[in-house]
Amino acid sequence: MDEGNTMGIIKTDKLTFEYIRRDEEGNVEGITRAVDEVDLDIRQGDFIAILGHNGSGKSTLAKHINAILYPTEGTVWVDGMDTQDESRLWDIRQEAGMVFQNPDNQIIGQVVEEDVGFGPENMGVPTKEIWERVEESLKAVGMYEYRKHSPNKLSGGQKQRVSIAGVIAMHPKCIILDEPTAMLDPNGRKEVIRAVRALNDVEGITVVLITHYMEEIIHADMVFVMDQGHIAMEGTPREIFSRVEELQELRLDVPQVTLLAHELRQKGVNLPEGILTIEEFTEALMAVPGC
Amino acid sequence: MIRDITLGQYYQADSVIHKLDPRVKLVATIGFIISLFVVDSWVGYVVAALFLACMIKLSKVPFGYMVKGMKAIVFILLITVVFNLFLTPGEPLVTLWKLTITKEGLRIAVMMAVRLSFLIVGSSLMTLTTTPNSLTDGMEKLMGPLKHVKVPVHEVSMMMSIALRFIPILLEETDKIMKAQIARGADFESGNLIKKAKAMVPLLVPLFISAFRRANDLAMAMEARCYRGGEHRTKMKPLCYRGADRVAYCVLLLYFAGCVAIRVWL
Amino acid sequence: MSDVENRDKEETKIMSLILDHVNYIYGEDTALAVHALKDINLVIPDGQFIGLIGHTGSGKSTLVQHLNGLIRPTGGAIYYNGEDIHDKDYDKKKLRSKVGLVFQYPEHQLFEIDVFKDVCFGPKNLGLSQKETELRAYAALKQVGLADEYFYQSPFDLSGGQKRRVAIAGVLAMKPDILILDEPTAGLDPKGRDEILDQIAKLKEETGITVILVSHSMEDVAEYVERIIVMSRGSVLYDDTPREVFRHYKELEQVGLAAPQVTYIMQALAKQGMKVDTAVTTIREAKQSILQSLGK
Repeated sequence: MDEGNTMGIIKTDKLTFEYIRRDEEGNVEGITRAVDEVDLDIRQGDFIAILGHNGSGKSTLAKHINAILYPTEGTVWVDGMDTQDESRLWDIRQEAGMVFQNPDNQIIGQVVEEDVGFGPENMGVPTKEIWERVEESLKAVGMYEYRKHSPNKLSGGQKQRVSIAGVIAMHPKCIILDEPTAMLDPNGRKEVIRAVRALNDVEGITVVLITHYMEEIIHADMVFVMDQGHIAMEGTPREIFSRVEELQELRLDVPQVTLLAHELRQKGVNLPEGILTIEEFTEALMAVPGC
Repeated sequence: MIRDITLGQYYQADSVIHKLDPRVKLVATIGFIISLFVVDSWVGYVVAALFLACMIKLSKVPFGYMVKGMKAIVFILLITVVFNLFLTPGEPLVTLWKLTITKEGLRIAVMMAVRLSFLIVGSSLMTLTTTPNSLTDGMEKLMGPLKHVKVPVHEVSMMMSIALRFIPILLEETDKIMKAQIARGADFESGNLIKKAKAMVPLLVPLFISAFRRANDLAMAMEARCYRGGEHRTKMKPLCYRGADRVAYCVLLLYFAGCVAIRVWL
Repeated sequence: MSDVENRDKEETKIMSLILDHVNYIYGEDTALAVHALKDINLVIPDGQFIGLIGHTGSGKSTLVQHLNGLIRPTGGAIYYNGEDIHDKDYDKKKLRSKVGLVFQYPEHQLFEIDVFKDVCFGPKNLGLSQKETELRAYAALKQVGLADEYFYQSPFDLSGGQKRRVAIAGVLAMKPDILILDEPTAGLDPKGRDEILDQIAKLKEETGITVILVSHSMEDVAEYVERIIVMSRGSVLYDDTPREVFRHYKELEQVGLAAPQVTYIMQALAKQGMKVDTAVTTIREAKQSILQSLGK
């Protein structure tokens, strides 16, 4: 690929986004800094998680990556292309695909396979190749048998998987998922995260997952926690989960197993911080004298 | 539940008519409707009836479905018949109290009734054998030439497809909002016209806001998938005429020629 | 019969809501008839905090809409304070003021020009005087913890969590005896979820209202409720305390549910030979049990 290129697939430099707040009469009330001098450098093939409470700026940040929003200050590069370069707009959107939160509001086709083909149709891909891409994308997310179904009859998790297929049919280098599981039930959430992990592991697609469900980020390579538009914490999942009180102050929480370990540690039980799974917990507790 | 409503009542079957290109069916339906006004003799109507009957048979759609569409216009049909029956001047046939049925009245009333019925059945045949999506594709292709006179053909077609896709969703949302307001004591049934209209506000305001929100989300999703209008777009399911379509056009031409001939010589 | 049911039978005289052999089939005359509720028998006593869980399609939403008369059962009857709610002359509007139902994403039903007016909608529909309506609206907004400064703003200018509070206040203004909330935490961030549930628990403490919480989060349900009703494919699978219900975690998994993560942790520890209480359902209980086992 591009070994000589040291820039990551997604890079931002002092990315800032401000908007003007107006009152009912249209008078300027103030300026809100939704994103505040964010620096990111994401490598191809990474699984990145961006966490944050509602209003922290994580969705606003995400929308800069595929040029839905433009920075007020600073720059965003996708695969070396500046998002403010109008001539490369469609190349950027093809390289950085996006899946949104509401399963119904991003499905355009009346039949699953037609919806997945929408992206390639827009790109001018020849008919025969569209069908090949649709087939491979649906198979990659496990929805091939539903290709002739109406989207109305699918569950939330299935709809999101169809949307993911619709994005990967465009052959992007990275896929950004903006709270894709927020409106799903637990089973739907599992389906979607499983599909996303498979894309990252098997196909090597860079994944940027925006969420506030802590269980979903356990397998991420890197986690960024946002608060008031800037990055408040960054590190591996283990490093982030070690800082329980900080997370709680940022209106987030940790999985029950992490919290339990943390509370026991506070009572004097010698457990390591940043426990992610039940297996780790059991092992660590068994190693404590007195067990 | 509500999401299972199929608009235009598409009836799934594997028939010659179902497989025809949607453009053929659109042109045929318009042609058929025009033929109903070209023809004005009994012979003509019999020919039209035979043509329609053949098409219905070929479509494998049960006759009951065809007649379903008639239920909607029974009232209009009745009014048309009654008005023409009693208000046409001419040679009187029967007199009931002050009203007279004339020979001309009878003739026109029957003719109107036949035309209207055939029109409805013919249109139903089209929507029963063609999915809404194919119809919008067909219309987009047919109106293609209008692009040269700056008519936004592709955009209109896209709008229609999206509207069709979202109608079931908005219907379901209406149901949800209604239930939520009823749970707060709202009453959508009792009261006079003005009261009922006012009662719609708690239903319509949230519905409109929801529709706009969805439209906004959808626009973003479309742009994220590189949608930039109809230029340079390819099609996954392009419309191409096949043998059967050409045969259908010939049959249509013959039928129409026949109708014109009957009109001219009879 | 479990302990809960035995106790309730004795207190039947002050019972609020009773479901007696309730069945619901929709699309009854069509080929696509679905038997959504199968022979449901439930007793909802005053002042209980109940959790209602079930996989998507289990009949939870259908059941909940029966409780305030929005849907009429195709078989069986529903009694509120001893009266059949589908009797010819029964006042359903009054029932809906007593059995308040907050749907999922309730902020989608907001429509008025300002927050205060929207909360007044419910009491106004009940035919109360202007003064009484306004008093109730004010009290309800205070109950959900919304600051005064937002009362006269447009509901659409508020944040998601604030809008949700306004919607809940809209139902509380009707002064219900039973409050049913369908996934009140959907779409909120972790702190937001805690805040709403804490507010509901506080409300219950202060007013003694009966609360039915429909939720997909086993952890939330275990933390707050005293009784869990599990729905599966239209029937009641379990109806017991959280401890008892989550003991059946294997059966729950088979119907697409689970137990709180804490329960699994304890099972894993017990497997390793540790002497812990495997039926705990909250972190608090787990911590105590482990500390006890370690001799601390």
